[in-house]
Amino acid sequence: MRQPAPIRAAFRQAIAEAWAGGAGALLPIGFFAGAAMLVPFTIGTEASQLASIGAGVLWVALALASLVSMERLFQADLEDGTLELWAQEDAPLFMIATAKILAHWFVSGLPLVLLTPLIGVTLQIPAEAVLPAMLSYGLGGLAFFLWGGVAGALAASVPRGGLLIALLALPLFIPTAIFGALAVEPQAEPTNLLFLCASTLFALAVAPFGASAALRLAVD
Amino acid sequence: MISAFANPHRFMGLSRWLIPACLAVSLTLIAWSVWQALWIVPKDEYQGGDIMRAMFIHVPSAWLAMGSYMSLALASFVWFVWRHELADMAAKSIAPVGAGYTAVCLATGSIWGKPTWGTWWLWDDARMMSVLVMFFLFLGYMALRAAMDTRQKAARAGAILAMVGAVNVPLIKFSVDIWASLHQGASVVRMDGPSMPAVYLGPLLIGALGHLIFFAALTMQLMRAEVWQRRADVLIARKLSGG
Repeated sequence: MRQPAPIRAAFRQAIAEAWAGGAGALLPIGFFAGAAMLVPFTIGTEASQLASIGAGVLWVALALASLVSMERLFQADLEDGTLELWAQEDAPLFMIATAKILAHWFVSGLPLVLLTPLIGVTLQIPAEAVLPAMLSYGLGGLAFFLWGGVAGALAASVPRGGLLIALLALPLFIPTAIFGALAVEPQAEPTNLLFLCASTLFALAVAPFGASAALRLAVD
Repeated sequence: MISAFANPHRFMGLSRWLIPACLAVSLTLIAWSVWQALWIVPKDEYQGGDIMRAMFIHVPSAWLAMGSYMSLALASFVWFVWRHELADMAAKSIAPVGAGYTAVCLATGSIWGKPTWGTWWLWDDARMMSVLVMFFLFLGYMALRAAMDTRQKAARAGAILAMVGAVNVPLIKFSVDIWASLHQGASVVRMDGPSMPAVYLGPLLIGALGHLIFFAALTMQLMRAEVWQRRADVLIARKLSGG
């Protein structure tokens, strides 16, 4: 990190543009809440049933909400030429991609995690169970965004690549979804949280290189 | 040694007679194993009676499903590092064949599972889930290649995805194993209970070898088609530019 300027700029730009174009940063929140709200309508409103599936429903909604915003993550940078400038920087492209994904998680992923207690209460999850689970949702969401970032970078040059991103990213979500769901179970063993941490760290180690290789492909 | 086989002309010359030979050998082996499976070997009541004969298709296709994803990743890696065009053609050709064997594995597993386990589909079984995830990895790979507008981009994007997927496979396998070991139902009859009698093992291994050679023949045939496709594209381009 001899020249952090473009990395910092990518981070700042991602945060700024989330708030620039209308309700960009609010859309994932709306989607997340909407997806979770569908469940009582389709499954039924019985409190005990909702309480038993609520934690899992939040995982599904989190995974889907992290996918919906991935299409624009790198596509806008490709269209306006920012990506080409980044590819020519001295700073490594994988750091820029990581900064961009982390900033994106900051504006689109973290608010969902902060929202989980509220949605969790409507899904009859006891509040004392949701608050510790927020750590799991945060870690898992970060892994979702990293893998989604790889898929988004691969599909950056594909017009209307949203569904493609979902197909590419969902198999990569499986370990995080499994460990995440185990970690938020009542009386969960602490090892499950460690496994979740490990899968997120694994994503952090692998995904930036995949994303940067895919971005180089997109600018060529 | 790799570069000796990376020559498309040599490949075309070699595959011209290798494909028919492989097809003949593999179909003979598969036919023998199916004949053994359907008429010769005794049925095993513990594994569901006559339906256990599905094993002679199911197990080779499961092995090939796993092997084909590994070879897809290997071919992608070879292309990504050395840019041998044949490696990319191999990766492109492996994907549909591998996805087909994965689908056969899931289908025969379901057909076998219905009378034996009492259900078409069991979410708790780790191996089923691993194979299902692999099926989606194949689908994603083919969809990504199809979505790219140039051949070069398709090759690069596919190689990146295959490699990212391949480093994830051990993690997926591990996580699914942990999850299934927690959820394992008591009613499930496990296949790996008694070790397999030799009367089954022979036809199974011969069948697996036959399917492996068949897989190679199909892949080489698809690669040949790809070579012809590229030659046709060059001819069309030359005609269009030359007038």
